[in-house]
Amino acid sequence: MSSATTAKAEAAASASRRNGSGDSQDYEPNMVLATRHFDVVGTRPVRHDGTDKVTGRAIYGADLTLPDSLHGAVLRSPHAHARIRSIDTSKAEAMDGVHAVVTADDLPPAEDKQVDVGEGMTRLAYVHGNILANGKVLYQGHAIVAVAARNAHIAQEAARAIEVDYELLPSSMTAPEAMAPEAEVLHEDLFTKEFGEETARPSNIAEHFRWTLGDVGDGFGRSSVVAERTFDTATVHQGYIEPHNVTALWNHDGRLHIWCSTQGAFVVRDVTAKVLEIPVSNIKVTPLEIGGGFGGKIPVYLEPVAALLSRKTGRPVKMVMTREDVFIGTGPTAGSHVRVKVGASADGQLQALEASLAYEAGAYPGSYVAPGGMCIFAPYDCANVSVDCYDVVVNKPSCAAYRAPGAPQAAFAAEQVIDEVAERLGIDPVEFRLQNCSKEGTRRVDGPKFRRIGCEEVLRAVQDHPHWSAPLGGQNRGRGVAVGFWFNVGLESSCTLNVNTDGTVHLVEGSTDIGGTRTSIAMQAAEVLGISAEEILPEVVDTDSVGFTSVTGGSRTTFATGWAAHDAAQKIVAEMRSRAGKLWGVGPEAVEHEKGVYSCNGKSIGFRELAAKASRTGGPVSATATVKPRGVGGSFSADIVDVEVDLETGKVDILRFTAVQDVGKAVHPSYVEGQMQGGSVQGIGWALNEEYFMGDDGTMRNSSLLDYRMPTVLDLPMIDTCIVEVANPGHPFGVRGVGEANIIPPPAAIANAIRRAAGVRLQRLPMSPPAVWAAVDKARGMAA
Amino acid sequence: MAMRSIHVQTTINGQPAEFLCEPRQSLLEVLRDVLRLTGTKEGCNDGNCGACTVEMDGRIVPACLVLGAEAEGARILTVEGIAEGGALHPVQAAFLEGAALQCGVCTPGFIVAAKVLLDANPDPTESEIRLWLANNLCRCTGYDKIVRSVQAAAKIRQETAA
Repeated sequence: MSSATTAKAEAAASASRRNGSGDSQDYEPNMVLATRHFDVVGTRPVRHDGTDKVTGRAIYGADLTLPDSLHGAVLRSPHAHARIRSIDTSKAEAMDGVHAVVTADDLPPAEDKQVDVGEGMTRLAYVHGNILANGKVLYQGHAIVAVAARNAHIAQEAARAIEVDYELLPSSMTAPEAMAPEAEVLHEDLFTKEFGEETARPSNIAEHFRWTLGDVGDGFGRSSVVAERTFDTATVHQGYIEPHNVTALWNHDGRLHIWCSTQGAFVVRDVTAKVLEIPVSNIKVTPLEIGGGFGGKIPVYLEPVAALLSRKTGRPVKMVMTREDVFIGTGPTAGSHVRVKVGASADGQLQALEASLAYEAGAYPGSYVAPGGMCIFAPYDCANVSVDCYDVVVNKPSCAAYRAPGAPQAAFAAEQVIDEVAERLGIDPVEFRLQNCSKEGTRRVDGPKFRRIGCEEVLRAVQDHPHWSAPLGGQNRGRGVAVGFWFNVGLESSCTLNVNTDGTVHLVEGSTDIGGTRTSIAMQAAEVLGISAEEILPEVVDTDSVGFTSVTGGSRTTFATGWAAHDAAQKIVAEMRSRAGKLWGVGPEAVEHEKGVYSCNGKSIGFRELAAKASRTGGPVSATATVKPRGVGGSFSADIVDVEVDLETGKVDILRFTAVQDVGKAVHPSYVEGQMQGGSVQGIGWALNEEYFMGDDGTMRNSSLLDYRMPTVLDLPMIDTCIVEVANPGHPFGVRGVGEANIIPPPAAIANAIRRAAGVRLQRLPMSPPAVWAAVDKARGMAA
Repeated sequence: MAMRSIHVQTTINGQPAEFLCEPRQSLLEVLRDVLRLTGTKEGCNDGNCGACTVEMDGRIVPACLVLGAEAEGARILTVEGIAEGGALHPVQAAFLEGAALQCGVCTPGFIVAAKVLLDANPDPTESEIRLWLANNLCRCTGYDKIVRSVQAAAKIRQETAA
């Protein structure tokens, strides 16, 4: 197997390039299948914005305070579901230092139309309703009134002085509750869309649809083992450390300037324009540094409100959410109720896969149940599949995307039942998955056929990894595995390159940089130009200064904006050939370019030297490219996890964790590992601790970072990574995107490990100590 | 309702500093809003995320749980004061080399906390590092590269000292 040898050799080289402390026994070599060599892509330069971020100089949204600013605060609903009878703002308005108050009455009425909110469309009325409640509050934390005052303390006091008269309504907190016929309806004008047709009765089920392949009845009939289970997952939050923030200045010339931390400056611009009914050209959005997002900083919450307060006062208005506001007013991801049934024949061949997913959208439709349904069985090649999806509104905050939105809940269910079937057949869980894995040409239940994918390669990497065969040792320990799929997205990106006369190149782009993408984009331009990553100077700019660029999300930034950088760099190369040709009196077609050196008939000139002659050869050299790429390549990810369960307390400790992911091409391997480690740990938190504790009255009881328990450094071991590179044929450098797939398998892998450690199968997230203890106790009771 | 301001004299990043603050203003508010030292971040304002970690008289404290008035006579170090002259502190250099940051908003708190750890314990074990940094939340990195970078910084410091 010469290709395997090559992979090992490459892997050794790759491992030896690792930075860090050098005690590499925790790290396993990467598997490099894309063996094409690049000079810049695949190296590990220091990120361009790094120095600003380790010295405290980087300016995040909340760090900006314009002269003469006022400060805003929001009054939020204390109730999960209520009609607003009246709002009295007179006491607040009379307070010293209060300058303006806005309610839903200050928003123009929402036209009945759809609006693009970053990764999809929704009704404008829903966006409106979530920004400031109109007539009804649909969840605790629903924004009702905003105040602008001399400082944030006065604004908060004024918000508390506002009197709202509520008529309380019954609330539904989970999908099964909200789907019950007797449930109180959240929206009188929401009619279930059933298989694409609108029905006549208002309901909390926004949509029900089904995807099928073959005939599952036949498939189950041919199965010798059939397993079926139902799973629930709690609401969790993205948990970014930086709260939402904005400064808005509605100038007297009618121009609105917004500064904020967002995953999509153009989304903020376009949604704000639709909500306020002003042209997009009247709004400039300057994205400042962003302190985490994970999907949660795509929606627009504060921007139109701060804009209205600014218009009323004629001054800049700054608003920063409290941590409690972030928990009760933004984010979360859907809680879910998922039933999965899997059938296989005695030879280990999957015969039928069936699932029903009901996801909580929160107050407005859009739970990300569709991607859950698209991904749930994507790792498996099976002829008979049926997936039902229900998008259900409940009295919780309106869902936002969270890293592969919808997929972790689905995998938690499917990957446990798959494991159970393998166990009952007596087949190794990785072997069983390999025997049935998706390949190029496999049809997904939602329609598309896979192009080149790395599902098999990822599972082989798991099987070959020393972790998979290492002894476990100790009591009450278990090892689990699970696999997940995310399709990734393309959307639209723009990039401009301006060549400086010293041979450096300014790169102008519009993708806000959450995790080092300035550098991964710059590296792709550098590769084409044949110069170093450091000679590219990337800058994320405002919406007036770069072409339209979609959100930083969907694992698309390095893929798509990197592609725009690649294309702009190709144009620069073409122009530089022409400039060199002018020096030598030949046409551009006579000039060769290789690695930054332009040559013709024995003469040659380097990029830097040629850049210095720009003025003499025709003036500034600059190029812009825009892309709407079609060649999106999905990413598979798998985890191996060892746990130890304390049978007396139910506490689960992660002993060892290995994340494996097909990333296509790792442009900057350090930040690729970082994405895999970060996604894994968010998945560990989702698995073991994180949840919205809701009281009987529908209010959140743990809206602080003390009580909403995210993983700390003390809870974890090192997170080993194994990068698999099955080049995406749809991208110039083979990039697939790495941001999301890694959060999908951890909850299921941990559940499978707990099953082996303690003999119990957990069917609800989180698998917190009380839940694990109760399951162990019940099993003991049954055994006794 | 106007509150009388308090006059505070203190030392910040080695320089004498004085400011006026309201009795209710935290040290975090004073640093960010009064002195415009915005490198110290606010993540929760109740002491649970560590983004506002500063060194105060040799100890690490969350600046959101200290009143501005309590800074009187104290010696405070923020992320802006960590680099020594023109050179980055070894912890800062190691974070850059080790890719120990993604969004970077928790980074100032981690850097201050790690610097104080290495001052007190130049050669910490992995578990000592994890225990010391347990009050600093990072949601992006999974902590792996942060721990490795603190280990690397310890090595750099020892090599420089040797």
